[in-house]
Amino acid sequence: MTETRDEIGLEAGGGVRKKFMFVNRKAPYGTIYALEGLEVVLISAAFDQDVSLAFLDDGVYQLVKGQQTKGLEVKNFSPTYRALEGYDVEKLYVEREALEARGIREDQLLVPVQVVSAREMGQLMEQQDVIIGF
Amino acid sequence: MLHIVNKSPYERNSLASCLGHAQKGGAVLLTEDAVYGATRGNLVEGAIRKALEELPVYALGPDLEARGMQANVIEGVQVVDFGGFVDLVAEHRTSQSWL
Amino acid sequence: MALTVGGNTIETDEEGYLTNLSDWSEDIANEIAKVENVEMGPNHWEVVNFLREYYNEYQIAPAVRVLTKAIGKKLGADKGNSKYLYELFPYGPAKQACKIAGLPKPTGCV
Repeated sequence: MTETRDEIGLEAGGGVRKKFMFVNRKAPYGTIYALEGLEVVLISAAFDQDVSLAFLDDGVYQLVKGQQTKGLEVKNFSPTYRALEGYDVEKLYVEREALEARGIREDQLLVPVQVVSAREMGQLMEQQDVIIGF
Repeated sequence: MLHIVNKSPYERNSLASCLGHAQKGGAVLLTEDAVYGATRGNLVEGAIRKALEELPVYALGPDLEARGMQANVIEGVQVVDFGGFVDLVAEHRTSQSWL
Repeated sequence: MALTVGGNTIETDEEGYLTNLSDWSEDIANEIAKVENVEMGPNHWEVVNFLREYYNEYQIAPAVRVLTKAIGKKLGADKGNSKYLYELFPYGPAKQACKIAGLPKPTGCV
């Protein structure tokens, strides 16, 4: 490997800080992906990296307000997205085309997000050091 | 960035979503059931031909062969073996799996 | 594993965390604290109650760093530091305080 210190993001303090993006493309309860993804985000927050979350395709359903899981007897993990700010995870990107295709408005989401176009989302992905998809 | 897709384009929208987000300079690798998307004479062919104007598209040979699809690959899609898969990952700064 | 409180048997996992969060009561908290060798005073209860409120709002037990910051915000900087929290809960606020509060083990806490 011929990476320079700068390229791998070594800071003055010696810690390596990389841009991590977690890409969420699945609805919340049909599969385990959404919950697993959220747990990985919470764990990764302990490593002081530059973390962002992307929501596209059915992933936008994860952030819809008013989820009630009592009838299913499974854990409602939607309130946990509101804890992300306390974990210093503040970059949440939601794709406009995915919202529009599903008839979801930004004011129906349970956390403040940045709505971006598919094109902008693609560009954000290109800026990352590591992308992990769920 | 290397985009890796492993789901059939008829079962999931992973390939369509991937092609909708991949930027110039990136590449797409189709593996497992996604290799059906690398073949001719179907609903997905047009999307792959369009993608090929901007990006290289690769398909994993052993997956094509296992499915009997090796003779039906769209011109321009490059077939790679497992070694080629590893080379692609190494050539790109990042890779992203579209599950 | 199990705890016995007031004649009732309460189920816990092998590390002593309650299996059912809804089993929790102050008596059970005192019983878990006894097992942990923590003598519960008002400052301990303040942290335990804070954790229960946090869990109620966000459905997770916070990581220590997040807990420390959130406590500092709500209860003041003299309490929002790990020295204070470790004095109250020597084996770690996450491990001990969450257990006493009846919460699951914090995510990412090995």
